[in-house]
Amino acid sequence: MQAETALTRIGLWFLLMLASIGVMLGAKDTPFAIQAGMIAVLALVMVFITASRFDPAGSARGFFRMPEGKSRYDDDPVRWATIATMFWGLAGFLAGLFIALQLAFPVFNFEPYLNFGRVRPLHTSAVIFAFGGNALIATSFYVVQRTCRTTLAFPALARFVFWGYQLFIVLAASGYLLGITQSREYAEPEWYVDLWLTVVWVSYLIVFVGTLLRRHEPHIYVANWFYLGFIVTVAMLHLVNNLAVPVSFLGSRSYSLFGGVQDALTQWWYGHNAVGFFLTAGFLGMMYYFVPKQAERPIYSYRLSIIHFWSLIFLYIWAGPHHLLYTALPDWAQTLGMVFSIMLWMPSWGGMINGLMTLNGAWDKVRTDPIIRMMVIALAFYGMSTFEGPMLSIKFFNSLSHYTDWTIGHVHSGALGWNGMITFACMYYMIPRLWNRTRMYSLRMINWHFWLATLGIVFYASSLWVAGLTQGLMWREYGADGYLVNSFADTVAAIHPMYIMRAFGGLLYLAGFVVMLWNFAQTLAGKLRAEAPMTETPINPAADHPLPAREPVVAPAQ
Amino acid sequence: MSTPDVELTVKGHKRLERNITLLGLFTLLAVSIGGIVEIAPLFWIDNTIEKVDGMRPYTPLELAGRDIYIREGCYNCHSQMIRPFRDEVERYGHYSLAAESMYDHPFQWGSKRTGPDLARVGNRYSDEWHVQHLTDPRSVVPESIMPKYGFLADTDLAVADPKANLTAMHMVGVPYTKADIDRAAADLAAQANPDVDAGDLQIRYPKSQIRDFDGNPQRLTEMDALVAYLQMLGTLVDVNSAAAQEKLATEKGR
Repeated sequence: MQAETALTRIGLWFLLMLASIGVMLGAKDTPFAIQAGMIAVLALVMVFITASRFDPAGSARGFFRMPEGKSRYDDDPVRWATIATMFWGLAGFLAGLFIALQLAFPVFNFEPYLNFGRVRPLHTSAVIFAFGGNALIATSFYVVQRTCRTTLAFPALARFVFWGYQLFIVLAASGYLLGITQSREYAEPEWYVDLWLTVVWVSYLIVFVGTLLRRHEPHIYVANWFYLGFIVTVAMLHLVNNLAVPVSFLGSRSYSLFGGVQDALTQWWYGHNAVGFFLTAGFLGMMYYFVPKQAERPIYSYRLSIIHFWSLIFLYIWAGPHHLLYTALPDWAQTLGMVFSIMLWMPSWGGMINGLMTLNGAWDKVRTDPIIRMMVIALAFYGMSTFEGPMLSIKFFNSLSHYTDWTIGHVHSGALGWNGMITFACMYYMIPRLWNRTRMYSLRMINWHFWLATLGIVFYASSLWVAGLTQGLMWREYGADGYLVNSFADTVAAIHPMYIMRAFGGLLYLAGFVVMLWNFAQTLAGKLRAEAPMTETPINPAADHPLPAREPVVAPAQ
Repeated sequence: MSTPDVELTVKGHKRLERNITLLGLFTLLAVSIGGIVEIAPLFWIDNTIEKVDGMRPYTPLELAGRDIYIREGCYNCHSQMIRPFRDEVERYGHYSLAAESMYDHPFQWGSKRTGPDLARVGNRYSDEWHVQHLTDPRSVVPESIMPKYGFLADTDLAVADPKANLTAMHMVGVPYTKADIDRAAADLAAQANPDVDAGDLQIRYPKSQIRDFDGNPQRLTEMDALVAYLQMLGTLVDVNSAAAQEKLATEKGR
């Protein structure tokens, strides 16, 4: 780096630090001051990092290393997002186990910062946006380069996307514990964090589309449609759902632009499509690339994937009102939500079939290849929860299941089974390729991970089915005398054993992930466990490179 | 990408598969329709924007309490939306009307009942019960799994600028008057202290309750604000009055 550039950058970081300190001193509330302080500390760290990177020789090394030239894919952001996925996965699963224990044993609440109401958004955001979001960043950057046979567009911006997203996570998570929240489920961060995420997200879109534009393949592979659908739709949802007026530009609190019924439907239009696009479309992008790669088979039906894509993204958006059945939302909107939710069953299963049938001719690998086995169980759970979802959207079932733990069980069979398992499988595929190893440290440990996680989900989902049904039926139970039989407190006491079983299921799932972390760390250390071999998908680094830029096409003489 | 004459042979969906702009535009179109059809009409159709007798904006103290309710994440476990079922109506009271949350920015309908619904919890329990329950839930409900919130009684209510809160609410459409906004700080203090002259507080905010809520008249604490909020929930609209029942009988669409 040149001396002038270095000085300019140091100066800019220093100015940001001063501005943050100014905001901190002028802040209207303590949590906002703390978050401004965090930005100031970060700016100070950046001053030092910039200063230490001032290298007259001009070679940039370390964390912010730029691409190694046009002959290799630009995988640094992918590696970092992979590490972040592992880190936030651990944080999110631990937070989940913690709040599960709080529900079983309230003594685990520590007022005010570690009460259930503040830690629960921390858990949901950590697993969805931190663990899931980093997995999406890692895999989308990995997939888009390989399916376009080119390197990432705007390498510096791609790095900003990664680091900017981590800052978003840290601000959101620390904010919840400090009591900063909009109370919009899965959109809890306040106005200033939302603005920051908007900047990061637009950068993500620019890098992704920019890379597609410089592709060396004429055709855009289907995985990229799903990633694109996910990025575009999440931007739309995020912008509309977070419209709010801040009380002060020096304070954390804001009031949402919409209120009451309108606000409720906007929020659940967002909330449901956070599931539909963040946790479904994006993760289907992973499925469409990694399942065929690991199975070494082409995708089952290209035509089906076209139908799958368009019907899925069109129908999902309508399904939001099924979160508001029997509320004060007008009946016609509830019915629309219910009907479209039922229709959504078809594209969902179309996608599952497309994934599973890709294994045609490679079914033996379910027995011998633990990564394939993980992908298959992920698709099976995807199919199960996308059947259960439409079912719970039917008013008859919803009148019983809504407000109970059945919903929580349903969400977790999708989140732990589909999102978790497909993420683990994709990571197991990518890690040896990213760090230039012949295979994971241990394939047998992947098997252990598989069984611990599967058993964990079985405990988790079945205990919450029972808990939800028990509570729902007890709430509406009438005695022969025509009076309600149970007080609310009775129903809480009745599901205590199920809450303990749920926490145990979560512990098993976390244990499986710890096995993965160990496997990951050993792989990075360059070790190979001596063990009886299992089926591997061969790694061919020689074929894993972008195509050279084309010579300009010379028009043939007419 | 490819030579122009190859592009000419590309028809139908294949064109989308080779053109990122087209693919992006069609995607945006596909994901926009559902939201527009479902959400936009709610801003115009009658039964979502009608006002019912008794609804008024929150007093500054209630609003401060509501902010604490949100800050502590109470919505994670308590709904404020009673569905029109016999058991719910008998357990929690008349089913919730759309108009009853019209000044809720953001709404607090919730999605899970780890604890009971609170839409009509106002005036059901005494202030003392609420304070004791929030301080140590299991001392009054042994089966409860609610966290303790005793710290609220030890924390002075610090609202940086009550006027700014009301101004922001006014900007998103809550009909606070100029007098409401100007007197926000005074109203806030007066509602929790019966010894202070409240002026026309109860005329501007009908059915507002003026008293010391947390059992400690010396201090204005966060407990005061939260209990004031809980005690007004569901108390504004007289859903059982003859006029209201007559109107509900003609309500369609639910």
